[in-house]
Amino acid sequence: MPKTISEKILADHAGKPEVFPDELVEVRIDFANGNDITAPLAIEAFRRAGARKVFDRERISLVPDHFVPNKDIASAVQARVLREFAKEFDLPYYFEVGRMGIEHALLPEQGLVLPGDVVIGADSHTCTYGALGAFATGVGSTDLGAAMITGRIWFKVPLSIKFVFNGKLRPWVGGKDLILHTIGQIGVDGARYRAMEFTGEVIDRLPMSDRFSMCNMAIEAGAKVGIITPDSITEAYVSTRAKRPYKFYKSDPDAAYEAVYDWDVSNLEPVVALPHSPQNVKQVTEMERTPIDQVVIGSCTNGRLEDLRVAAQVMKGRKVARGVRCIVIPATQQIYLEAMEEGLLEIFIEAEAAVSTPTCGPCLGGHMGILAPGESAVATTNRNFVGRMGHVESKVYLSNPAVAAASAILGRIAHPEEVLS
Amino acid sequence: MKLKGKTWKFGNDVDTDAIIPARCLNTTDPNELAAHCMEDADPEFVSRVKPGDIIVAGKNFGCGSSREHAPIAIKAAGVSCVVAHSFARIFYRNAFNVGLPILECPEGAERIQSEDELEIDLNSGVIENRTRNETYRAQAIPPFMQKLIEAGGLIEYVREQMPDQE
Repeated sequence: MPKTISEKILADHAGKPEVFPDELVEVRIDFANGNDITAPLAIEAFRRAGARKVFDRERISLVPDHFVPNKDIASAVQARVLREFAKEFDLPYYFEVGRMGIEHALLPEQGLVLPGDVVIGADSHTCTYGALGAFATGVGSTDLGAAMITGRIWFKVPLSIKFVFNGKLRPWVGGKDLILHTIGQIGVDGARYRAMEFTGEVIDRLPMSDRFSMCNMAIEAGAKVGIITPDSITEAYVSTRAKRPYKFYKSDPDAAYEAVYDWDVSNLEPVVALPHSPQNVKQVTEMERTPIDQVVIGSCTNGRLEDLRVAAQVMKGRKVARGVRCIVIPATQQIYLEAMEEGLLEIFIEAEAAVSTPTCGPCLGGHMGILAPGESAVATTNRNFVGRMGHVESKVYLSNPAVAAASAILGRIAHPEEVLS
Repeated sequence: MKLKGKTWKFGNDVDTDAIIPARCLNTTDPNELAAHCMEDADPEFVSRVKPGDIIVAGKNFGCGSSREHAPIAIKAAGVSCVVAHSFARIFYRNAFNVGLPILECPEGAERIQSEDELEIDLNSGVIENRTRNETYRAQAIPPFMQKLIEAGGLIEYVREQMPDQE
């Protein structure tokens, strides 16, 4: 029977010739990850089960990235749980502050998550790795704790929804706009429990950074995974990084989908998602009178080198508007270093933006840029729920990096062309 | 297993930041988490919720982050069950894994109002609304999840199947 990429990966990991949507399968996992918020609970579960060893020390990573560098004493205590567990079990992929990055930028960059993998992570944005052609999904801490013992997890095989993006993207429109547009069309539960498969000539031409941004936000439509068929662009990204062999899967042309959306996105303009839901999507040009107090450029969605390049292109030789704080957060140490070598950090600092060490920090209202009552931010992050970046009466507008940079310069939501013209 | 309690009604897409804000995630202590349960959605919830109370909500309850702190906070606040039109998938897994009963029941989610008195039979999925004198049937809990519940949660289930740990 013709199969989707998700079904093929799950079948191979379940040791079955084929699997069917809605079937419950137990699969072998290739990699598991936890962070400083979720891993302490996973480790608690691991110990409660009475486990004395992990299934494979080279297939587990612990990445303190949410409340680090430790924002307070309680966070320091939580981060220490990871450090001590990694030491006890001699885990090579524990990433200390100074070596770490935001997990979903770091693990692909380090070649730890690869095409054809089944990856679980105790973080909802684990779906990011679908950009590599992996079946990657977020789970809770107990699921992670159990998988660290057994190397296995059960899943319900999801139905797949296919999204075909045709046409040619306009300038300043990228993966972030495509995924916000998609969520705007189908809603925050439009792909609940489903695999979202992104295809079409636009995706074929899309660089890895934009593919990561898209798959990253599949969870914002409720999806189990967002996935893109690996190709030569994927191969160029992984071949020099991979820590172990990998495999390319692709959907059969006549595979069954629950729904197929076929969109020509040639006329798509940069968009923003208005408070307090990623589905409240409007064109940037409709929102240009909206004043803002803060801009955040970073996160697992848009903190990659390509994102920083786009932001720097808009900000070069300009200053952040008076009354606006602009915070730029390279997602990993390597990105930080490359941004420095390319002169991007200089551009940000001369523009009077703050440049931070890698952290999830403000995205989830943790630290490094919390909003006061009544304040508004434009952020390249992934969620704009009530209170997400601070006070319950603050607001977050989600955008791509170019729009965020332009908004920082003009002190209001702005199209990049307003700045550059 | 039968549950009895008064309801708290919420809308669609209740996200995990509303259930337990990230600013409270520097602890894993269930009681500390419970002290902030639902505070950004309803600041009075924590001070007024009684043991056994039931949360009723619309579509996609528990969307957003994977934080298991969300069902832990709800359970530790004394809530006996969440009835919703539908649940976000990670929350659904997490609820079973931590032993918080949840039921999908579109009809109940629509009909039940705040402060209704409910009686729920978890085994049959039958929800009796004593206040409105109505009965709703929730979707049966899938057999695999029942196995988890019987084992006493995922950790206990894994313990039964754990590879030899010499």
